[in-house]
Amino acid sequence: MARIAGVTLPRDKRIEIGLTYIYGIGRSLSNRILAAVNIHPDTYVRDLTEDEEIRLRNYVEQNFMIEGDLRRERSQNIKRLMEIGCYRGIRHRRGMPVRGQRTKTNARVRKGHKPTVGVKKKARV
Amino acid sequence: MARSSKKAPFVEERLMQRIEAMNRTGEKRMLKTWSRASTIYPEMVGHTIAVHDGRKHVPVYITESMVGHRLGEFALTRTFRGHGGSKERRMRRK
Repeated sequence: MARIAGVTLPRDKRIEIGLTYIYGIGRSLSNRILAAVNIHPDTYVRDLTEDEEIRLRNYVEQNFMIEGDLRRERSQNIKRLMEIGCYRGIRHRRGMPVRGQRTKTNARVRKGHKPTVGVKKKARV
Repeated sequence: MARSSKKAPFVEERLMQRIEAMNRTGEKRMLKTWSRASTIYPEMVGHTIAVHDGRKHVPVYITESMVGHRLGEFALTRTFRGHGGSKERRMRRK
């Protein structure tokens, strides 16, 4: 069972995909890592040898900021923006889009579900 | 495109001169400025700068973590009072 940075990788997927289950690793970084430790991206996670697993784990854990550390850094960055009271921080505080997107329509990811507005139709007599 | 790093980050020259003059004499006065685009330099930390928001000057106290941001980021140009609400609430807001 391959565990890297506290995450269990899915056994039935190729390692290229399996690595992306770690927070902070996507497809392109995953491929770069595999090239660096010399493992073929098409190897299934269950077929990894003990040695490959250790090589992979050491490389990933030493070279990249992933999982908890990365999450912490991200939320600290946001917290800093909120504390200094700049425009971006205020947008974070209000849960509005931060990078100048329109809010007349859309922006639903930041604003959450649309509140329903409107008058109920009168019941037919 | 980002500004060339060959030039230092933008700051209105007159503002910087006034800040430096204040640092030399060690005094602290509030500086009014219209230059929202000026980058905050480490020299400005500890000063209070009144940044124009289009209507009035908003006092901004510069702390260390603000360095690298622009003055305008700290003086909002819009006043949002919310949408709708009852008539009474709308009257009170004025």
